[in-house]
Amino acid sequence: MAIDLDFSRSYFELFGLPESFEVDTAIMADRYRAMQTELHPDRYASSSEQERRLSVQGASWINEAYETLKDPLSRARYLLQLKGIDIDADKDMSSDPDFLMQQIELREQLEQIESEADPLSALDRVAADIRSWNHDLRSQFAAAFEQKDLATARQTVLKMQFFNRLFDELRRKEEQLEESLM
Amino acid sequence: MALLQISEPGMSTKPHEHRLAAGIDLGTTNSLVATVRSGVPATLTDAEGDYLLPSVVRYLSSGEAIVGSRARQAAADDPYNTIASIKRLMGRGREDVTTLAGRMPYHFVDEENTVPRIHTAAGDFTAMQVSADILRVLKQRAEDSLGGDLSGVVITVPAYFDDAQRQATKDAATLAGLNVFRLLNEPTAAAVAYGLDKGAEGIVAVYDLGGGTFDISILRLNKGVFEVLSTGGDSALGGDDFDHALAEWMIEQLGVTDTSDPKLMRRILNAAHEAKLALSDSLETRISVELADGERRELSVSREQLNKLIDPLINKTVMACRRALRDADVTAGEVLDVVMVGGSTRVPRVRERISEFFGRPALVDIDPDQVVAIGAAIQADILAGNKPDEEMLLLDVIPLSLGIETMGGLTEKIIPRNTTIPVARAQEFTTFKDGQTAMSIHVVQGEREVVDECRSLARFTLREIPPMVAGAARIRVTFQVDADGLLNVEAREETSGVSANVEVKPSYGLTDSEIEHMLMDSMAHARDDMQARALREQQVEADRVIEAIQAALHKDGGELLSTDERGLIESARDNLIERRNGSDIGAIKEAIKAVESASEEYVARRMNKSVQSMMAGHKVEEFE
Repeated sequence: MAIDLDFSRSYFELFGLPESFEVDTAIMADRYRAMQTELHPDRYASSSEQERRLSVQGASWINEAYETLKDPLSRARYLLQLKGIDIDADKDMSSDPDFLMQQIELREQLEQIESEADPLSALDRVAADIRSWNHDLRSQFAAAFEQKDLATARQTVLKMQFFNRLFDELRRKEEQLEESLM
Repeated sequence: MALLQISEPGMSTKPHEHRLAAGIDLGTTNSLVATVRSGVPATLTDAEGDYLLPSVVRYLSSGEAIVGSRARQAAADDPYNTIASIKRLMGRGREDVTTLAGRMPYHFVDEENTVPRIHTAAGDFTAMQVSADILRVLKQRAEDSLGGDLSGVVITVPAYFDDAQRQATKDAATLAGLNVFRLLNEPTAAAVAYGLDKGAEGIVAVYDLGGGTFDISILRLNKGVFEVLSTGGDSALGGDDFDHALAEWMIEQLGVTDTSDPKLMRRILNAAHEAKLALSDSLETRISVELADGERRELSVSREQLNKLIDPLINKTVMACRRALRDADVTAGEVLDVVMVGGSTRVPRVRERISEFFGRPALVDIDPDQVVAIGAAIQADILAGNKPDEEMLLLDVIPLSLGIETMGGLTEKIIPRNTTIPVARAQEFTTFKDGQTAMSIHVVQGEREVVDECRSLARFTLREIPPMVAGAARIRVTFQVDADGLLNVEAREETSGVSANVEVKPSYGLTDSEIEHMLMDSMAHARDDMQARALREQQVEADRVIEAIQAALHKDGGELLSTDERGLIESARDNLIERRNGSDIGAIKEAIKAVESASEEYVARRMNKSVQSMMAGHKVEEFE
């Protein structure tokens, strides 16, 4: 049964924010908390089953919206999705040849990190590099999206996805290294 | 205990509106119950003045279950019938019992059933039933102390409990006749008690090492909002393991070769436990144990020796802290306070190592035994509706990723760990054969890529899929995790709009009908009493529904409903008022359902309006 909490509105509309890559995260966090204060299942613990169910749905929706807009990559992906461009987070890859070369180099660097004298600080250096590239990509995305250059915006998201996956790998590696050092 | 003094002068709740509620800490070693009275939360004591109820149940051949210190005292003499640390078996399967319970002397019933049962003089019991026996004692204590029936309780669980362990806890409560408002994560409960007491704002780490479980949670406290950023831990690591490590060392030192005598093993374990406690205050202690041949042997043990034995275990907790910080994306330096919870944080080595890791002294000024129950009591009081103006909000997370099995025995993550709950994620599936009308989905929980290394939660079979050519059906499966951290699955065929029938086979739990059966058994001897109670509960529920709809209609019925719509709701309500005064439980239930279905659309409109009015408020802000 479809309960209409007006799930058709976009996440930006839900938060009362303009549909743009640049968002005021402080305002968003405040509104998120205000909405959860109204809708969270804890407010309906003694209510009817129906209200409890609605509140779980509503609160889940708000959590999903917040999570999507909070993270720059998923926010970028969502903006493109609103423009009719769907990107598969796992399958779609960048086809830029220079970027492919860079990817291969970075992966090799990560593979060999265990043989470094101080692997943990080597990891920190790679992490700092990734952060700085991500920062640049975000600016690129914001500019491309602003100028309605959706093709470039899409390519930028694909690059961001690569760095995101690389960062996850780096974290796993860090965890393994720490475990072996304990 | 002056942990919290949250009494609001001039805000006394009218006695007839106050609903009795309690918070329960169902621990591995000890359990507690607490409640908020006149705005002050406190743990409740038994007739002897003890607030700790040892989580030990002894089953007698008369069928009687003895719970608490009397049972614990009998543990060494009657090891097979005296069940301790049952929390370790909650939501666990048979293969876990062989690994986990190698140290447990109990006789497990050898049978096909996936839920292990312990054979005792009073019969065979699951972990859930043993826990229910502990909960019954706490329920009785609360009701005697408060002088009435509890409207509901908040039960705490380790944050790192998986779905099966949570479900088993909730089922145990149902079996004990408790209405569960919420399952609350133990570190979150501690943060509530601590945060409200100290008025803390900022990032806080809660390190919770109990008898059998370990949790670390990183929270952000901000104006009454308790936002869990990440959680980690080990649901099979605790002070019990310290005892076992010391006991194994003692066995070696004493030259005991035959470790199959359960009474001797229990005596050694008890001695190890006592020695561990003694070493929290002194640097050295003497242990005295009666061996199998009746000879009494003495042994000296230093704190340094204990530290050496438990360091590998503490290392595991430090590792989990590291990961939790990483997941929360905060550094140890950003953590404002480290709150220590759980009896095992009394061990000096634990405090030392954790203070060292976070680079600041860990807070030990709150009672690590009571703080969780206190936090649960505060939450229960709010959930019961006794504090309508309370702005406190708990935003918790799912501790372990939820995924499904894909081709080749791999997992595909649907909801990653540390996602804020409640959360819903949908996934689309299709059929791979012409005319296929059923499919099976295997849901697992854990971080590993290989299904076999994750915890199997359940197998869902979807039936009644409309027959179509292969690949044409679009089955949308929604994984919903509620605020208790429990998973629900719904499936729907998108092209036809048909809801597929979801049949759940929990991997380590009991099916609904098995639980119902147990409930009937436990109620059989008190059926009349139960009948009266069920009627009373249904009437209370009816009153609540009537009251709620009255209040809503009064507030915005005119604005949100047409005359016809309002008429329908009012006639359903009037019918309920009539039924409520009768004694037919089924009829009252039906009448409640009728009111709910008549007001379905109205309730949705009201929620929309409340969200929209909030957004309207934002718009005003924006123009300023």
